[in-house]
Parts: sequence; structure tokens; C-alpha cells
Amino acid sequence: MGQLLAVEVIYRGVFQKTLAKNITRGIVLAAHNEGKLGISFGRYGDAPERNGIPAKSFAIVANDEQTLEAGMAQYEPKQVDVTVVLDDTLCKGAESWAWSGLQPVHHALKPGHTLIVISLEDAPALLKNIHRREQPYKLGIVRGVTSFSGMWVYKDDYTDVRILGAIAKALPAVMSLESVEKFINEKLKNTLKVTTARNAFERFSAIGVKAGEGNPDELVKVGLPRWEDMRCGVSIKGQAPGGPFADPVTGKVGGFRPGRNELFKKYSTRTQRPVVNFATCTKCTLCWLNCPDAAFDITTAGTYDTNLEACSGCGICEEICPVKNCITMVNESEFHDNNSQWAAFEKDKGAYLKWLGTTIQKAEPMEKRSHGFRYRGQYQEQVPEALEIANKG
Amino acid sequence: MATLTVPVEEKKKTYEQEALITGAEAIAIACKLANVDVVTAYPIRPYDTVMQYISQLVADGEMDCEYIVAEGEHSQFEIVKHASACGARVFCGSSGVGWMYAMECLTVTPALRIPMVAMVGNRALDDPGAFGVEHNDALAVRDLGWMLTWVDSAQEALDTALIAYRVAEDRRMFVPLALSCDGAFLTHSQALVKIPALDQVKKFLPPYNRGDLLLHPDNVISVAPQANEDWVMEIRRQNYAVTEIACDVIREVYTDFEKIFGRKYGNPFFEEYMTKDADVVLLGMGTMSTPVKVAVRKMREEGKKVGFVRLRWFRPFAGPEIAKCLERFKAIGVIDRDFSFGSPDLSGVVATEVRSAMYTSSATRPPVLDFICGLGGREVTVPDVEKMTEITFQAAKGKAQPLTQWIGLRG
Repeated sequence: MGQLLAVEVIYRGVFQKTLAKNITRGIVLAAHNEGKLGISFGRYGDAPERNGIPAKSFAIVANDEQTLEAGMAQYEPKQVDVTVVLDDTLCKGAESWAWSGLQPVHHALKPGHTLIVISLEDAPALLKNIHRREQPYKLGIVRGVTSFSGMWVYKDDYTDVRILGAIAKALPAVMSLESVEKFINEKLKNTLKVTTARNAFERFSAIGVKAGEGNPDELVKVGLPRWEDMRCGVSIKGQAPGGPFADPVTGKVGGFRPGRNELFKKYSTRTQRPVVNFATCTKCTLCWLNCPDAAFDITTAGTYDTNLEACSGCGICEEICPVKNCITMVNESEFHDNNSQWAAFEKDKGAYLKWLGTTIQKAEPMEKRSHGFRYRGQYQEQVPEALEIANKG
Repeated sequence: MATLTVPVEEKKKTYEQEALITGAEAIAIACKLANVDVVTAYPIRPYDTVMQYISQLVADGEMDCEYIVAEGEHSQFEIVKHASACGARVFCGSSGVGWMYAMECLTVTPALRIPMVAMVGNRALDDPGAFGVEHNDALAVRDLGWMLTWVDSAQEALDTALIAYRVAEDRRMFVPLALSCDGAFLTHSQALVKIPALDQVKKFLPPYNRGDLLLHPDNVISVAPQANEDWVMEIRRQNYAVTEIACDVIREVYTDFEKIFGRKYGNPFFEEYMTKDADVVLLGMGTMSTPVKVAVRKMREEGKKVGFVRLRWFRPFAGPEIAKCLERFKAIGVIDRDFSFGSPDLSGVVATEVRSAMYTSSATRPPVLDFICGLGGREVTVPDVEKMTEITFQAAKGKAQPLTQWIGLRG
């Protein structure tokens, strides 16, 4: 058997579905310029038509038909030569409809191979989120803002060709820069994109990540039971209704915490999180009532604390909250844990409110958030902004 | 399951009263005796006869149930599906394209382990619009985990309806069951039926106990979540496990039925008529049995050694037993009141299944001919049966015959 190479792209449903497809298609078409064969496909069990949900797209490339067929005979590559992460908040782990449980982003990456992340952060910051593993690997950052767009609108901010350039550098065996350039010239017919890809190639470098380096959180291992052990009737045990719980700081039992699924965490779908000002909260209950994920715990003080393992970051609480700046959705990349905000507030109110003040300043105005396009002309505004960051490198 | 013992005295009293009723009415009475909790209805001939009789029983104060007229068959089957999940004993039914309109619900009930009992008044599928019997409607669910049984008399309809609840609601089973009744011949004609006493029925049919699958606030479960490739195969295997034991459970239930009601059905899966010493047999399902039996008797008088095998249970298909029965004949003529366009040898559904069972489970390989007959409610006549028998005899003598022939067709 000849050489079989696989690239996986982890992306967010809806916002990056087209981008991921364009990248994996680009890999196959560029590699084909060298006489290689390949296929590009999305992981079928994913739900990429759901906002923000982690999903995967693949390219597999081989030198001959039989080797390619050996790759195609698998539902998805069990091991990949490069993993690309299109949104750095995915570094906290990916949980899809297609598999059970939260998986680290390097789940399928071969030892010693390269993880490519688009981010404005540096490696130490990303490694606070990326889970540690036993095998060493390389981490390369393509500097840039996360490219999000809508289901029907593709934001052509050149992220696709920047990633292609980076892959050509990280894994020259799959395709050379020349092949990428030829693909862009012939298929995309855009000379500026050629330059962008070349810049990305030249700027790209990866650092070594040692075994055991990274986020020490242990991920829950999800077992798959035998058919005899499964409940019949396609039924699963429901969640208990929940009840009072011990306050994280005072230990006083009270409030209400709904029962939650131990295995299905939801938070890997989140791209922004609510930051709550407990000092201005009027306890009106609206966030709690309207949250589709029952993500709020009612504290002993009667305020509403987001359980950040259960919150999927939809932003309904912010929209529904009648108090100005009481709930603010802030980009998920600003945070590195899922700790209780209420506990931090209780421990040191002054420090919490100071932190809150600086944190919510980082929030984009609601009408500008780029999960899709909210107003006419936003596309024209955002693409040059993104290009400027890309050109700076 | 422990077998029930019945005192000898009670065995003598096999029924409470005798009535002149249709097959549909017999099933309605079975529903009353089984104390069905929720009935859903939507009219389509010939199923609508049963909903009329049940509504009459409710109106007369003889039966206490939730009687819901849905706005279509899909809702009709959805409502009972949910009611059954909540622990109610349910009854519904339909015919022809009405049954097909409920198809989405019909596909989900086996996996959800809903012991729904439905009466299918067999009717030709539109188009063309036709009221008459064809078996393709009920057969459309044959691969989905439903149990399918055909009856040929009002008495058997009543008895099998009671048996149906007992089999479907057996904890080892918990799958839906369709009771197929030929339109017109069974649903619309009255015959004398022995109606059992309520005490006997109570003895035979324990209350429906959904156990840990009960959808109730005190038993918090979530039913039918999205499950991808990591789970689906195991779920299908669970339904397959039901089919592995289905024949044994049915046998048990017929044994109890005989003990309690005193009426013998012999082999639950098929009835043999004049098959002893027969050289050839015909095989079919449903009410065609009447003209076939008349013709068989006539031919026996003429010295022709012919018999008839009537299939009662199509799902589960008692393959080895059927093959064992049929291997002793020189040729078999299957009468299909259905079609399976493009199938192997272009035969009907029953013939294809019989051949499949014979291939794996019979010691001999007698020719299995197929006759497509009686479609759209067309009469299966005595001369038709004689003709089919003659062709089957020719095959028995080693004279090659077409594997599939249309009988009673103009042209």
C-alpha cells in the first residue's frame, strides 16, 4: 500500500460549514495537481446545520487508487496527519452529535504531527485549554480572527487559503505550496489569494508540545454498552428534577439546581458566554425561565448563576434581561475554565465587579456579532478588518 | 411464564353466549372484554366497521374507554402509541392507504416497544380506488418488527384479538401486532360467534404492565432520543431478540387459551385441512380458505389427493415448522392475494417467503408454484381453486409449470 494522508478540520456547525468544506476540497484539488488522488467529506453523523455545534470535515489523499480506497473504506480516518481547528474556543474540546462525550481536539492526531489553530492567542494561552495527552505533538498557530458566517452566506476573508498555505508547510507530503498556488490560480482565479497563501506558508511555524503538557482536566470516558445491557424501547433514564444544593462558598444549602446530564455537557457548542452582574440583578427570573438548556442555578441569595458546563452560549438570557449590562455575552476565548461566577462574586465582590467591568468591555456590541450577518453591509465591513489582521500575520 | 391451571368444571363452560355478528363486531367485543383503555378511530372502509361497533358499545354504556376520533390515520396511530407508552391498553386500526398514511408511526412503534393491537381491514391500495381485499396494506410492515396475523372467521377474529393482547403485552415481546381481516368476507358478513365470559378473559389476559418503560412523572425516562451509528445497531438487535422468541411465546399463549376457553386451534401458526395423505397442497392466508376448502372437498370426492394449509401467522414466520409441514408433499401451490412486483420469479409475497423457508429448512425440494388470485376483492372461485390444483398436480408429476401465474384474470 502506498502513502495515505488524512487531514481533519474541526469547525463549528453553520458558522463554518462552508469554510471547512472549502478547505478540505482545496487540499484534494491541490494534491491532485501533483497527480495524487483524494476525497473530501464531512463527518456524516455530525449535525453541521446546528449553530456552533462542533463538527468535522476530512480530506484524504493517496498516491494511487487502491491506497485511496483503503482510506475510503473507513467511515472516517481513525488517525490523521494534520488537525485544523477553525475556532480556538474549540480547543476546550469538541462534543458532537456524531460521537458520545467531549473529545480533545487532538483526539485523532498521530503522535508528532501538527495541530493547526486559528487564533489571536499564543501557545501558552491555548495550552490552558487544549487537553494534555501522552504522545507529543506540534502546535502551530495561524494568527487571525475566527471566521464565522451564516448558513447561506460565505465570508470570503481568505481564511481558506491561509489554512491551505499552513498545511503545505506542516505536511508537505500532502501537497506543496506550488500545488496550492496552482489550485488557487486555476480554480479560485484570485492572485491576491495566491499571495495570502504564500504569506501564510512562510509565516507558519509550529512548536513542540511535550507529553503531559496542557489542560490537566480529565475528560469523562463514555462507555458504549452491549445491546443486552441497554434499556429497551429506545428509552433512557431521565434527569432527576433537581433541588437545593450547597452554596460553593458559604456551604449553606438552598436555592435550586436542576438535574443535568452527566455525560452531555453542551459547553463545547459555546462561542460566547454570559457574564452576570449579581449586584444589579433584580431576580426577575426571566433568564432562568427562558434558558432553553436549564443552565441557570438559583443561588441561596436568589440570584441566577450560569452553570457553564450546561450553557451552550445561545445568548437568549442577555436578550431577555431587562437590566442594562446585567448579563453580557463575551467571546468564549476570554475564559479558560467553567468555574462558578457566583462563587467568585461571593468570595470577593469588589474584585469580581472589577473583573466584570474589564471583561464585558471586550464584548462586541450585540448588533455587530458575526454569527452570520446581522445587518446589511456587515460583510463589507468585516472582510477588510479580517484581511488587515491576516496581512499583519 | 407459569401456565395457568383451570378447574375441570370451568373447562366445560366454554362460552357465555352465542351471537350473530361480523368479524369487525367480534373484534369490538374482544376489545370490550379486554377492557381496552384508549381507542382511536378514523373512518376508512372496511376498518370503519370496527370503530362503529366500538362507539356503539361505548354509547350503550357497555364499554368504558377513551374513544378519540383523530383527524387522520397518522394521528390515530400516534395517539395510541403515546397512550400505550403511558400504560394504557390500546386499540386502533385502518385499511389500505389509511394504513399507509400512518406509516411513519407504524415504523417507530416496534423500536419503542409499544404493544399496540391494530385491526387491518385488508383493502386494495389506491389507485385505483377499490374497497376489496388485497393483503399488500398489512404486508407493508412485514420487515419492521410488527407481528402480523390473518384470521378467516369471526370466531377466530375474536379469539385472536384476545390472544393478540396477551402476546403483544408479554414483557418479553412488547411489540405491535396487526390483526388482518379480509375486507367484506370477514368485516361485513355475520356469522355465529361464541362470546366468552368476562371471568375467563380476566383469567387469560393479565393487566398490561409496562414496568420500567412506563412514561410517568414517577418514572422519569426520555423516549426516542437521537441515536447515531454508535447505538442504532444495538437497538435493532433488541427487536431481533423479540423475533427469536416470538414463536415460543405464541405457542405458550395458545396453550393457555385452549386451557381456559376450551377451544383448540392446534398448531398456532397454520391450519392444515385434509393434508393427511395429500399429494399436493394449496397454501394461502385469510378468508380464501372458504372457497378453497369447498373445492378441496369436491376434489377429494373425485379422488384427488389435495389438501390446504392456511397460514395464520405471517410475522413471526414459523419457517422451520412450515417447511417441515410442506416437505412431505409433491408440489405446493401458494395462493397470493397480494403482489410483490419485481420479486424473485415475479411471485407474490407469501410464495417468496415459503420458497425461502423451504430452501433452508426442508429435506425435500418440491416445486412451489405461485398463483396471484383474488386481487382487489375479486372472488376466488371453486373453479379457480380446481384450476390451481390441476396445475400443481402437473408440477407434482414433473411437468414444468410457470412459477407464477395469474388466476381469475380476464385475458
